[in-house]
Amino acid sequence: MTSGVELFLRTIVARAYPRVVGTNRERSWLFFDTFLPLLSTAAYVFFYRAIKAPEEYIGLVVVGGAMTAYWLNVLWSMSSQLYWDKDAGNLALYVAAPTSMMAILLGMAVGGMLTTTVRALAIILAGWLAFGIQFSLASWAPLILTFLLTMAALYGMGMLLASLFLLFGREAWHVSNLLQEPIYLASGFYFPVKALGFWVAAAASIVPLTLGLDGMRQLLFPQNPAFGFIPVSIEIWILLGLSVVFITTSKFALDYMEKLARQQGRITERRR
Amino acid sequence: MSEAARSFRVATWLGWQIESNWTDPFLFAVYSIVKPVASVMILVVMYWVIAQTDTASPYFAYMFLGNAAYIYVGSVLTGVSWAVIDDREHYQTLKYIYASPINFYFYLLGRGMARFLTGTLSVVITMAFGLLALKLSIDAAQVRWLYLAFSMLLGLVAMAFLGLLLGAATLQMARHSFMVGDAVAGALYLFCGAIFPPDALPAWLRPLSFALPLTYWLESLRRAVLGSEASRSISPSLSGIGDEQLLLILLGVTLVAGIVSIYFFRWSVHRAREKGRIDMTTQY
Repeated sequence: MTSGVELFLRTIVARAYPRVVGTNRERSWLFFDTFLPLLSTAAYVFFYRAIKAPEEYIGLVVVGGAMTAYWLNVLWSMSSQLYWDKDAGNLALYVAAPTSMMAILLGMAVGGMLTTTVRALAIILAGWLAFGIQFSLASWAPLILTFLLTMAALYGMGMLLASLFLLFGREAWHVSNLLQEPIYLASGFYFPVKALGFWVAAAASIVPLTLGLDGMRQLLFPQNPAFGFIPVSIEIWILLGLSVVFITTSKFALDYMEKLARQQGRITERRR
Repeated sequence: MSEAARSFRVATWLGWQIESNWTDPFLFAVYSIVKPVASVMILVVMYWVIAQTDTASPYFAYMFLGNAAYIYVGSVLTGVSWAVIDDREHYQTLKYIYASPINFYFYLLGRGMARFLTGTLSVVITMAFGLLALKLSIDAAQVRWLYLAFSMLLGLVAMAFLGLLLGAATLQMARHSFMVGDAVAGALYLFCGAIFPPDALPAWLRPLSFALPLTYWLESLRRAVLGSEASRSISPSLSGIGDEQLLLILLGVTLVAGIVSIYFFRWSVHRAREKGRIDMTTQY
């Protein structure tokens, strides 16, 4: 007899497994998902150099470029994944399976996070080697804490979005597409979010990467006060709050949306 | 020839329907405005954070125009490569399309053309935003329209060849490479002088920049719109090339890209048939 907790954990592993194995079967992603995005980040580095920006901005861009991997993963492999699964016929199987949808979504998140972390680390490593970035990290603990809380909040947001996307048809792709560049802009992926002004940056903080990026940059490049939007300690508390809110809300939203989708016959619908 | 034209026309219409009929016209208009404006604003804010100067600077116009025009590259490259994945794995119709009496090469070209049309909408919006909101220093009376037309024509052909090259490569890949169009467009963004001149690249990377048709297309576009002298002063390594010479080089590099693209496409389709990749679906 499998206990509820054990089933939950086994579901997470089961959903994460194909993502990890899939990337091993088709290794072209190492080039297309790791090397090429590195070059597009480099374009922003050379742009800053062309306009004679201080060297810390190079590090700022590289950290931002690495974090784009997580945002893209949340958008395309979490949020719109249920729509894709619906079209492929897997969603009905997920719903019919004697397990929790939350566990399936968490499995997606864990599987996606592993490969995305490879990409993000590759960008950081290559940026460090190619552009000679000087990190001035005083202590690892706050950096790791900020990163982990950012991930918890971000993937909680991804699970919440996935439940909303459950009702979407073909527009799911376009909504994901629409959430790329505007979020890069609002969250300050390639410049200090402080430059947008307090209220815009505060509004953009609903996306966990805004504060996560700002906090990590403050910790990695403390010599440049222009990077800091609000103190890191406050950002950590807000990220903790966002994690709790997003993960809790996603549970309720998922239950509600699943019920709605069943009632409206959208679990097996293919609006092409 | 008529089969090629028919395939191209029908694929363009189909692509346009897929791109535009997923929502009502109002939401489509909002979508068409927000995405390109946000994209260009990233660079504008980066520029403002550092340069703190007004937007009348020649470098600002150089960067803005290159970035706006580059929307086409992303559109066409993504359009063709995404059409392969969309038709094969999402709609699962690629096998039927391949087996039907159409020209597959021109079918994919048509799908890229549909993205070119939506891209045009984004370019127009971006340029209008630049001219009206950011007061870009571009004088319509000074624009050399005929030169611009030649530059655009050659640039479009070059992009189509690159798109088909990427589409052919996508035939060999699993679904998780669905971002390949964006990734390649992002990588080429570094080399072709879209937002900074090739001179800003390390010397060992510049030959790659000079091998790309997009580098000459963007430079000729800037010379047509901003004026030859303004563009040459920002891009010294290309300043020794005359305006007409630039178009000839663009033509030559485009022809080379075309030959490579056509042969690679044939090889890739043949290999996809042999390996059973025309109807492959991958679910990770």
